Amino acid sequence: MNQQSFGVLVDHVANALPAGIGFTLNASGEQSDFVRFNHAKVRQPGTVQQGDAALRLIDGKRHTTAQLTLSGNAETDKARLSESIATVLALLSQVPEDPHLLLSEEVCPTFQSTPTDIPSAESVVDAVCEEGQGTDLVGIYAGGTLWRAFANHHGQRNWFDSGSLLLDYSLVHSADKAVKSSIGGTSWDRAELTSSVAVAKQQLVALDQPSRTVEPGSYRAWLAPAAVAELLELMSMDGFSERAHQMGASCLQRLASGEVSLDSRVRLTEDTVGGLGPAFQSAGFVKPDQVVLVADGKLAGKLVSPRSSAEYGVVANGASARETPSSLVMAPGDLPTEEALAALGTGIWVSNLWYLNYSDRNSARVTGMTRFATFWVEDGKLVAPLSVMRFDASLIKLFGNDLEAIGAETAFLPSASTYGSRSTDSIRVPGMLVKALPFTL
Amino acid sequence: MSDALIQTFRAALPAGPDHVSLRWMDKRETLLTVRDDVVQAPVLAHDVGVMVTVHENGGLGYAATADLSASGLRAAIERARQWAKAVGAVSVIDTRTLTMPAPKGEWRGPMTTSWDALALSERLDRLKRACAAAGGRDNISMREASVLSSVTETLYLTSAGGEVRQSAVAMTPEIEVFTLKDGHSQRRTLGGLRGASRQGGAEILDAFAFEETAVRIRDEALQLLDAPDCPTGEMDIILAPDQMMLQIHESIGHPIELDRILGDERNYAGTSFVTMDMFGSYQYGSEVLNVSFAPDEPGEFAGYGWDDDGTKGERVLLIENGLLKRPLGGAISQARAGINGVANSRASSWNRPPIDRMANLNVEPGDTSLDALIGGVERGIYMQTNLSWSIDDSRNKFQFGCEFGREIVDGELRGVVKNPNYRGISASFWRNLATVGDRSTYEVLGTPYCGKGEPNQVIGVGHASPACHFTNISVFGGEA
Repeated sequence: MNQQSFGVLVDHVANALPAGIGFTLNASGEQSDFVRFNHAKVRQPGTVQQGDAALRLIDGKRHTTAQLTLSGNAETDKARLSESIATVLALLSQVPEDPHLLLSEEVCPTFQSTPTDIPSAESVVDAVCEEGQGTDLVGIYAGGTLWRAFANHHGQRNWFDSGSLLLDYSLVHSADKAVKSSIGGTSWDRAELTSSVAVAKQQLVALDQPSRTVEPGSYRAWLAPAAVAELLELMSMDGFSERAHQMGASCLQRLASGEVSLDSRVRLTEDTVGGLGPAFQSAGFVKPDQVVLVADGKLAGKLVSPRSSAEYGVVANGASARETPSSLVMAPGDLPTEEALAALGTGIWVSNLWYLNYSDRNSARVTGMTRFATFWVEDGKLVAPLSVMRFDASLIKLFGNDLEAIGAETAFLPSASTYGSRSTDSIRVPGMLVKALPFTL
Repeated sequence: MSDALIQTFRAALPAGPDHVSLRWMDKRETLLTVRDDVVQAPVLAHDVGVMVTVHENGGLGYAATADLSASGLRAAIERARQWAKAVGAVSVIDTRTLTMPAPKGEWRGPMTTSWDALALSERLDRLKRACAAAGGRDNISMREASVLSSVTETLYLTSAGGEVRQSAVAMTPEIEVFTLKDGHSQRRTLGGLRGASRQGGAEILDAFAFEETAVRIRDEALQLLDAPDCPTGEMDIILAPDQMMLQIHESIGHPIELDRILGDERNYAGTSFVTMDMFGSYQYGSEVLNVSFAPDEPGEFAGYGWDDDGTKGERVLLIENGLLKRPLGGAISQARAGINGVANSRASSWNRPPIDRMANLNVEPGDTSLDALIGGVERGIYMQTNLSWSIDDSRNKFQFGCEFGREIVDGELRGVVKNPNYRGISASFWRNLATVGDRSTYEVLGTPYCGKGEPNQVIGVGHASPACHFTNISVFGGEA
């Protein structure tokens, strides 16, 4: 699908509708190669060509949406859209008026197209198997082109296309001990793979020592950027959602009320312009370049979807229906990464966290596990890998009173999510030195 | 459509591959929601496409496409062939050693009354009634009633003449109530993470007493606002079926998935504390623990006749009297591991390849009533409906939270407690299973949300269980 062929579908919809019926058409698709690796060999390689559209028909305050698969064949897709139109029109009069419907009335066309250089997936396979020789490499390569598009009856047209690739992999030492890495972007660099695997192999050496088990209790900890990202991704599930705050169901409810605050150095921003995804959301609202969410340790903004805007009387700011960030950025601090071990002194070096969830959402208390390469550190030196440990901690404390330092460098982490389709989300975060990470099991 | 597809597939079959399969899926879904008495715009979804898999030159390749034309199908077959031939020398398994099933047959899931055939107004009226029943009190910040219904048709063809048609109708009803008082909120639902999913039609709403249950959910959400936190300490717990489903899923189902044990998931969903040598010898739980793989359980959410690699679904006891007997592993994993498994090779949709999944995974009922279970507890908590879940990547150290708790003292149910949580280790937890509830406590449940795989796949699973009593568990509440 390209912008022109999408335009053909839009024209078909516009011409097929009776007078007085409006529409929004939100569509996406991808041509992706997926290669799954295990033991530095190929487990499942494949190619997926897919597209889908959400066609919403609007009659005043009544509306209904039909989601359909796009085949990529114009005549087939026009026929499917016609079928959807007929189905929805038959229902539309039976649907009550929606008092919380908010449509984009202002025509804001956008066009984003990223030139890319995606290699053949077969060449990636050859390279990965070659570099992985002698290791226990496991993971996924996902690469190809993807597109997002929007149109409505006001004549608004938005288009986004990009090519991207991501090799997300682990070199496994033994059992659950591993070094996790990823490389990716809009082009393939064979040398980057060589370098990445070489660094991971070096880090594997640190896992040679027998694992150490520590007793439950609180420990100083350096949380590497990937671990900080896990914490922020859980926080983002409802922390910045206008709707969740209105319901009293946000983990940052107390932050919003001023009852608690985060460390004044914590600054969080939804940075659309610095992310990988489209600058428009599914209802056609264009996203601002940035929305500051936390500044000076206080809640400074929320993500407001069109629906929340209409329901709660708050100005919409281009948020998705879920009101979660797509390209969250945490501002860096002043602790250089090369000084993090020394600053940690004695404690835990946490490369990755895993499977976070709430213990008590009201108090932003979360639990989760350490994963992959986590180390016991003494006097600024890695001493031994740590057996996986469960933590149970307050996000308010970790990003508040227990925050000792923020890393001076940030890591840009594209989402590896491929549920349904390849994600265009990303997060940019520094590491964090915390005074107390409570381990419970 | 399917007859034309069969002809196109047969005509497009190339000479050369050892095995070619086609899996066509056509799924129609309708989501109806009423929130705070406001009907949300209905969402109708129609997803259709095919997955072609080829075994050739020792390799495996797949290609998925929504282009169902003859040229689209030929292109998919050719792409899958290219993949198979390209990776034969570096494949985890030499596919020439595999003999894939070539099944023939038809399977249809149960349904008494079609929900989708009812007039939209009639369907919305039921949701409106349930939503209204969940209101009418102060301190309710959100209430919602919804039904996600689906009709899924699949066709599985193989180059060796296999041809299977399957059809399933399913419903996922949900009621959700949030309460709020003095900045403190609580949530109560029908099924936690849409855990009341079943195969069937409108009769499922009746089975869950949809409108009446909304009143109970509302009242319990309000009770939680004023309830004390769950006490902390080592004590007994009784888990209701709507928490047992999560407990089964995370600390039995995932650990015994054969692809995890073979290492496929170590970069994402994780590995397992279970190793190959444990099958046939490892005491997974106490002697009252019996766990079945049950694709034939009537109305359970993940029922089917054949899995997505064409293996016929049959009921098998995976854990018998506490002893671990078999893994959850489909045909290809079984060949890789050299061990018998079950028909659980499943794909979330036409655009993803099949991998080892749970389907219907159940704890078999015992012979103790709920009253007798409670009567056997000196000090403990009765926990209902999953709220929070976290477990390590070996599926061992877990912490789970529930929506609703009741204290048990000297064999009697006492007051409500909020934020009931417990933690443990899978390898020892199931050995603390003291008593299993009887069939009167048994509920057939399921959820659309089990995530796993690279590329990622979210798929529906079913879990049926009685209430169960565990001893000496670490229990705690929320922040004071």
